[in-house]
Amino acid sequence: MATETHGADQGGLVFHPMDQFIVKPLFGDGPVGLFTLTNVTLWMALTVLAIFALLVLGTSGRATIPSRVQSVAELVYDFIRKMVEDVAGKDALVFFPYIMTLFLFILFANFLGLLPMAFTTTSHIAVTAVMAVMVFLTVTIVGFVKHGFGFLGLFWVSSAPLALRPVLALIEVISYFVRPVSHSIRLAGNMMAGHAVVKVFAAFAPMILISTGIGLVVTPLSILAISTIYALEVLVAFIQAYVFTILTCVYLKDALHPSH
Amino acid sequence: MASETHNAADAAASAPGLPQLNFDHFGNQIFWLLVTLVVIYFVLSRVALPRIAAVLAERQGTITNDLAAAEDLKAKAVEAEEAYNKALADARSEAQTIVNAAKAEIKADLDKAIAKADAEIAAKTAEGEKKIAEIRANALVSVKEVANDTTGEIVTALGGKADKRTVTAAVTARMKG
Amino acid sequence: MEGDIVQMGAYIGAGLACTGMGGAALGVGHVAGNFLSGALRNPSAAAGQTATLFIGIAFAEALGIFSFLVALLLMFAV
Repeated sequence: MATETHGADQGGLVFHPMDQFIVKPLFGDGPVGLFTLTNVTLWMALTVLAIFALLVLGTSGRATIPSRVQSVAELVYDFIRKMVEDVAGKDALVFFPYIMTLFLFILFANFLGLLPMAFTTTSHIAVTAVMAVMVFLTVTIVGFVKHGFGFLGLFWVSSAPLALRPVLALIEVISYFVRPVSHSIRLAGNMMAGHAVVKVFAAFAPMILISTGIGLVVTPLSILAISTIYALEVLVAFIQAYVFTILTCVYLKDALHPSH
Repeated sequence: MASETHNAADAAASAPGLPQLNFDHFGNQIFWLLVTLVVIYFVLSRVALPRIAAVLAERQGTITNDLAAAEDLKAKAVEAEEAYNKALADARSEAQTIVNAAKAEIKADLDKAIAKADAEIAAKTAEGEKKIAEIRANALVSVKEVANDTTGEIVTALGGKADKRTVTAAVTARMKG
Repeated sequence: MEGDIVQMGAYIGAGLACTGMGGAALGVGHVAGNFLSGALRNPSAAAGQTATLFIGIAFAEALGIFSFLVALLLMFAV
């Protein structure tokens, strides 16, 4: 890696788009052990608190005519329940709390990560990979428990010509094992990319402090770009949570009804 | 803009490697993630989801009940309207009967009164005619007497001898003619 | 700018990897455009297919994210 350090010394633009993803201990500067309280802990705890506030405190009234917060909670409930029922079938409702947990965690982690100075837990491959592997294992185990070795019929495309079937089966098996990879990298990559882009544009914003001439053009443009990308990121935060959840439902449908 | 390329390298220097690929932190993240997910799962499955499901079911029940009640009330309203219409028709027909009865009664009374009045009038007329006839008869008799008397007087005055029987016959003849 | 040829190669590779994002953009645009043209032909069926739309977009986009990841790996990890 290059070791120039003169950029910051000269008072030039400072680019650290990836620094926001660094895991740091909350107290002190020691090494990050397994149980160290880090910014990961802090933002995951905030995620839990936000979910608790929306779904437990918000519905504490149990009102027949809901308050605003309660109707939002009911909206989320209905949204995910309908998704599970429509995509994966009625017998997938056993997994509804599990899918709801994933959706709410990703949604709130994404949204909280959009706050300035926040740490986005879902931008880390370690976090999303654990969730994706959990989904993968659940799907595989449920498939084998429910259908035994008949679950392998998922890879045997019976509608294709016989000669093509082994080739297709190979492709299907590969794509089955690529699922958790794409599932996790999609979420982490989207989060990482969006936040990094915001950071890069943010680094252009103080241009006016360095050179008034160029700054008059660059600073407003970069602020406009930050706002635009930020709005896009709000959308992406929701869509990625939605996509992660609906793909979980799709995979679950494969396990429950593996007819190809 | 030349300084930017320098600074990109500078940024890379400040953060050696991608933070996401720092395997030293994976254990920590995975541990806290699992704690978080377990906490969320238990909060959801023990408290939040059953509560929301109960609220939704209760609302569905309330709505169903209210709809049924509304249906009941509607049926009742229709029933009440029918009863009202029936009562109205009944009252109308009763009123018609009463009116008819009253009309008939009045008519009877009237007829009776007219008949009575007719009879009275007829009686009075008859009486009047009788009286007129009497008066006329009296008058005729008086006229005859007066005529007889007058004729007798005149005849006497003219120097004749008034034969009572002749005078009477003459007067009678004259009066008939 | 001092540095070694490996780093130069890595940066060039990172830049080249970013062209993959253009492919993902084409793919996402294709999915969304076809969905829109289909939805305009039969608007009543469109609402039921939004989930499929998002799944398609997610698959198309995942490959662009892979190229972004390759770029990042070349920039920071190699």
